[in-house]
Amino acid sequence: MANAHLRPAEPEPSLNRVDGRLKVTGAATYSAEYPFDNLAHAVLITSTIAKGRIANINAKPAEAAPGVLAVISHKNTPGVPAYPPVKQPAERAPIGTAFRVFYDELIYFSGQPVAMVVAQTLEQAQHAASLVEIDYQTETHQTDFVANRSTAAIAVNVQRNKTSPFQDYDRGDPDALPSAEVKLEATYTIPTQHHQPLEPHAIIAVWEADDKLTVYDKNQGVKSAQGNLAQAFKLPREQVKVNAQFIGGAFGSGIRVWPHTVAAVLAAKQVKRPVKLVLGRELMFTSVGYRPFTVQKIAMGATKTGILTAITHEGTGQTSAYEEHLERTILATRAMYACLNVSTRYRLLNLDVNTPTWMRGPGDATGMFALESALDELAFALQLDPLELRLRNHADADPERNLPWSAKSLKECYRIGAEEFGWKNRKPEPRSMQADGLLVGYGMASSLYGFHRHPSKAKAVMQADGSVVIQSATMDIGPGTGTAMTQIAARILGVSPKKIRFDLGDSSLPDAPGQNGSATIPSVGSAVHDACKALKNKLLILGASMPGSILSSAWPDEIVIKNGRIYPNAESRSSVLYTDILKYHKLPQVEMTEESKSGPERDQYSMYSFGCHFVEVHVSPVTGEVRVKRVVTCADVGKIINYKTARSQSIGGVVGGIGMALMEESVMDHRYGRYVTSDFASYHIPVHADIPQIEVFFVDQPDVHVNPIGAKGLGEIAIVGVAAAVANAVFHATGKRVRELPITVDKLV
Amino acid sequence: MTDEKPDDLTQPDDGTFFEQSDRRLFLKQSLAVAGLTLSPLSFLKTAEPDADEAPFGNAEKVSFNLSINGKKHRLSTDPRTTLLDLLREQLGLTGTKKGCDFGQCGACTVHVDGQRVLACLSFAVMQNGRKITTIEGLAKGDRLHPMQEAFIKHDGFQCGYCTPGQLMSAVSCVREGRANSEADIQEYMSGNLCRCGAYPNIVKAILDVKTGGQNA
Ligand code: FES
Ligand code: FES
Repeated sequence: MANAHLRPAEPEPSLNRVDGRLKVTGAATYSAEYPFDNLAHAVLITSTIAKGRIANINAKPAEAAPGVLAVISHKNTPGVPAYPPVKQPAERAPIGTAFRVFYDELIYFSGQPVAMVVAQTLEQAQHAASLVEIDYQTETHQTDFVANRSTAAIAVNVQRNKTSPFQDYDRGDPDALPSAEVKLEATYTIPTQHHQPLEPHAIIAVWEADDKLTVYDKNQGVKSAQGNLAQAFKLPREQVKVNAQFIGGAFGSGIRVWPHTVAAVLAAKQVKRPVKLVLGRELMFTSVGYRPFTVQKIAMGATKTGILTAITHEGTGQTSAYEEHLERTILATRAMYACLNVSTRYRLLNLDVNTPTWMRGPGDATGMFALESALDELAFALQLDPLELRLRNHADADPERNLPWSAKSLKECYRIGAEEFGWKNRKPEPRSMQADGLLVGYGMASSLYGFHRHPSKAKAVMQADGSVVIQSATMDIGPGTGTAMTQIAARILGVSPKKIRFDLGDSSLPDAPGQNGSATIPSVGSAVHDACKALKNKLLILGASMPGSILSSAWPDEIVIKNGRIYPNAESRSSVLYTDILKYHKLPQVEMTEESKSGPERDQYSMYSFGCHFVEVHVSPVTGEVRVKRVVTCADVGKIINYKTARSQSIGGVVGGIGMALMEESVMDHRYGRYVTSDFASYHIPVHADIPQIEVFFVDQPDVHVNPIGAKGLGEIAIVGVAAAVANAVFHATGKRVRELPITVDKLV
Repeated sequence: MTDEKPDDLTQPDDGTFFEQSDRRLFLKQSLAVAGLTLSPLSFLKTAEPDADEAPFGNAEKVSFNLSINGKKHRLSTDPRTTLLDLLREQLGLTGTKKGCDFGQCGACTVHVDGQRVLACLSFAVMQNGRKITTIEGLAKGDRLHPMQEAFIKHDGFQCGYCTPGQLMSAVSCVREGRANSEADIQEYMSGNLCRCGAYPNIVKAILDVKTGGQNA
């Protein structure tokens, strides 16, 4: 390949997904798919008003319907032990109170769970749910972000916490902006967008005994779900078991334990049978969070030569009337470019809606849409190439924390991306490029995401037959956790991946964080690395202690292990098998458990993943239809563990970003405070025909300061910046700057 | 409350399949299910099946025949049960996925008499006498279907939840002669959503199978 020198070659053939066979044969078992005798089916009934109270519930017709086991509501709930006693008359929960299911008659949002029917079969439950009669007393609700924006304020939580990163932030000279040679100000809007993983959220709740609960629940962290449920039901942690081996996507929707999960656990208690609850697609819009509606104002000052002299970034996001959801919206702006004078403000707007939550690239995907669009606008104003503007303002050290980066190859990403994309062929003028009667646009944007590493444990076990089992209570919502971990273990132990089994998604396994914030490989990968190293060392010592062992005189760093055979050095023809060592010592297995976590390096370096995206769009000058024709994305995330799955993760991020840019918008009818987009026919996500081939490149240089494997997170930076790259390409194609996502045809014609 | 154990079917399962003459009868049953005035007794009388006409039953249970992955089944189910829920909830064939239940995502795609069909959009009893292939029936024993192999090779999935539907659709796409170019595949696979965004890899997998000339 002519361009092969541009990018690092893939060091070794990637391991195919270790659970690939299960997934292509339909044998992978997701939360709703565990068989139980006596399984009962639940259907949730949700509020049709956005604010007010339940005046009356008539459950009698439903209770009399065939197959019905129970109709549960606040009137007859067995109760969640951790909830405080209900007040009479009911009082609205103060801000900061997690939603309590079937607690009192108060309604906080449309789509709030108000009752649940449990029946012998799904059909019976669905039918009976239609028979439950609920009368409401409505109160005036506020769901319209734009109409209520002036009431936005600093979050109560932030006011209380002086060290919160969401405090008003100012660095440098406040006069830098007014006195700048070139100024720019613009407001960017992101509508509410929903995760909508293809697998709906689902749970099977089983009370094994009065004080023992097992759930098969779709979530992104079995350990945190276990802790949450134990707390809610006042059980010792070990009396709650959470299973989630296969998760059909989540993108953030599974980070919390949501009310429906608690509702199913209550129902199982009430009917004394295992209960299954699967959310219908419509309920997926009001039950498991969303990317919040956000308005951002950016002002920039620069010299005529394109050096940034000032940035102010104000972000306002929406949250519910009972909880404050904060996200990183304005934070990237402090670290992304070398700019001396930066101010940020972050405000929240409480509305009568359910609480938002983190969605892929939380805050940063939102914030970087604004920042990277603004930079493109500035480049145009300065008549400078957008990539050149970024290079001129490249931050060689973290300008926020005044620390060196642990590693940063963003310039290398720009170089690879630009070369592979053919950025040099871009004509600077908007509307200057055409093909087949369509307007052609080239756009680019940068990406960054903070490095997260949480304490994690892994257990590594060598069995007498030479097979290896690695265990950690980590998750796989899609990126291929087990595959990457198997690859790490195989490299260290010198055992074929075929002989390794990696267990995850079970709360009884060694502690690990949930899968979010791109933290899995950095955290759990390090624990697996450490556990396997410890296991190898233990086995080598056991091996060296065998009489006449060729290992007794070997230098540890010269030892080579291949296919479970240990050679004292690379030249040696004789070897010892792992299995011989266990056999000699009469051991059925040898195991090591290690914990891995960050150290003082966190205070010495600033740690981020970086990347960039290059996008070509074709826009019809007649209809305004935008088609993404080509995407080149390049990431610097330290060492790549598995190219194949990493590439897929990057592609997935780009696809999510294209959806964010061009089609995803949850539209609410504010008369009722209810979404009118509540299925895949009205909430559009990308389909096959929307997505071209996407080229993915990695710098693939280990970051030696972050952890023992040199790997940083990829899931989030894959999407961060994509929406801006698309919007910038649309501007280049059409000359129209769309600052309000999604970029639909009505905004272009 | 009804007894959910399978009815004791008096009619022996001789393994022969009824002709596909069930439409009219099904409509009659739908009327009854819709809560019209027929009492179960009078309904049964109206719907008395001819010896070779099926399905039969009452408003609560209807009996019918299906061949699933080459195995013949004599079934009795609530007439409201979709083909998808029959597979997932009653037969333990959970490989076929429910993504939306509204015909909008393709996760439930199965083959009915060789054609791709959305199992969530069809009542189970409507399929009387038909041959259903689900993802569990795509491989020949331990030997994966070439499309399954290609999905693994090209990493045509992440979470795997859309995968059974994508695979069933992909196999049909090739059979239908709609896999001649990338653009063709993209068009004729667009009914199968993938929120993980595995589309480019899926397209590559399908092209690979198509150009490998293997029998999809
Ligand atoms: S479940 Fe049938 S199309 Fe979505
Ligand atoms: S692989 Fe997750 S939805 Fe397609």
